[in-house]
Amino acid sequence: MTNALPGTSPEKLVFPDQSPDTTYQDFLRNNQFCIQHCNECQNFLFYPRLCCPHCSSVDLEWREASGKGTVYAVSIVRQRPEKGGDHNVVLVDLDEGPRLMSRVDGIPNEDVKIGMKVKASISVNTDEDGDTRMVVFREA
Amino acid sequence: MSFKDKTAIVGIGETDYVKGSGRSEVDMMLEASRKAIADAGMKPSDIDGIIPPPGYTYSEELAANLGVEDLRYAATINMGGASPNAAIQHAAIAIASGVCNSVLITLGWNGYTAMRPKPGQPPGRSAGIAVLNNAIQGFYLPYGVSAPVQMYSWLAMRHKQMYNTPDEATGHIAVACRKHAHLNESAFMRGREMTMDDYLASRWVSEPMRLFDCCLETDGAAAVVITRADIAKDTPNKPVYIMGAAEGHPYPADDIATRPDPFRIGLSFATPKALEIADIKIHDVDFLQIYDCFTYVVMLQMEAMGLCERGETYDFVKDGNIELGGHYPLNTHGGLLSQAHVWGLNHTTEAVRQLRGTAGASQVKDAELGLVTGWGDLGDGSIVILRN
Ligand SMILES: [Zn+2]
Repeated sequence: MTNALPGTSPEKLVFPDQSPDTTYQDFLRNNQFCIQHCNECQNFLFYPRLCCPHCSSVDLEWREASGKGTVYAVSIVRQRPEKGGDHNVVLVDLDEGPRLMSRVDGIPNEDVKIGMKVKASISVNTDEDGDTRMVVFREA
Repeated sequence: MSFKDKTAIVGIGETDYVKGSGRSEVDMMLEASRKAIADAGMKPSDIDGIIPPPGYTYSEELAANLGVEDLRYAATINMGGASPNAAIQHAAIAIASGVCNSVLITLGWNGYTAMRPKPGQPPGRSAGIAVLNNAIQGFYLPYGVSAPVQMYSWLAMRHKQMYNTPDEATGHIAVACRKHAHLNESAFMRGREMTMDDYLASRWVSEPMRLFDCCLETDGAAAVVITRADIAKDTPNKPVYIMGAAEGHPYPADDIATRPDPFRIGLSFATPKALEIADIKIHDVDFLQIYDCFTYVVMLQMEAMGLCERGETYDFVKDGNIELGGHYPLNTHGGLLSQAHVWGLNHTTEAVRQLRGTAGASQVKDAELGLVTGWGDLGDGSIVILRN
């Protein structure tokens, strides 16, 4: 019997020993913004997955992202000041291909525009549960 | 083998739609179900299939309370707000294939009360949206995105900038639903005027979504009974036949951010299939009951179904085209925007009234063919085509 699907030969059908979400967070804690690369079809993917959404391969490798991207869409969420105030939410197309949700820091919400070139950084939030890290962007 | 015209909706039932029901979800669903079964001229024991919502109750619980001894078909559809509409397709398939004879579909929730918990109140049951938890909890919530309005707002913003969509495009959708609500005694916004100026002046929730782009939050339940066409002939009301139905899911369905084309939604996939089964063209329909959690979501669905080209919703909705008297009256009961929010099952009950000819002041003249859609879980879609 032949393997019709790429990346499904027995020696390649190896799933990671922890959730890819956990691995993503582990990299962030190490100050690295990493995304998965599919060694079968050569696409990058996000958010972290067990199989490649393009070709279903499980031969996925973590690579550090360039952090370079372009704003694809933006919205300003309106909230009362006591609830945290207004903030922007963006979708960013990474130069590697995937699109992800984030926010743009460092400029007024109204100045965030579709097509704007942005660069990723890792933001640290500290609360009673400890540190959580997330990828945010600034104007490039 | 197709299920075209082999089944019909023969019973509809609804509770009052209120803000603050003081009742459990199951209690309300049982009221709506009993009414729908009675409307079908049936006894509860005539029901042998049940499709409950994803959450709030189970088929077994409904069957036990209704006295359904022989439950042959019990399924749950996990498509968020599209679930009750998609359930119609599943009922039609199950009945047409001979698995069961008569299916009850119901949805009830405390959409208002559950968002405003009071101390001492017993906790309500929750809806099942497990399919989305990974993306939302891990990758949306950290950015302050938790409500659907926020998740759909970038789609709307992208659409506005790509196609220069004027605010009045979605404004006409909101205003049409409001005008229709004035004709409906069970509509929550009946008598509360809203002009285009009022719409444009309403506050931002998540740009470009204004307050009047967003649906109501209400408590209540609705139910429908679907049966085999030969049984339907002997029921008290004019049967409303299921000509075609289909469901669709955007790709990837579990994450809105990474879709290559964000306007390719579930309905983009479902509509051609449903039209093929029904053997009609989209412009043949006499009215539109389109899932309207948000005006922008109505716009995306209109374009995905081919009612108009992408970016041309304004031309389609202007000049009263989607109001009663126009070519394609939209949400003749007021919709989720201005009647009540029961996950769109009220769109189906209204479509049935239209095709029975019992829609009263909002009756579409000579309505013969109607379209009902569902939307949920970040863009899953379903479509049902009905005729009398
Ligand atoms: Zn791949």
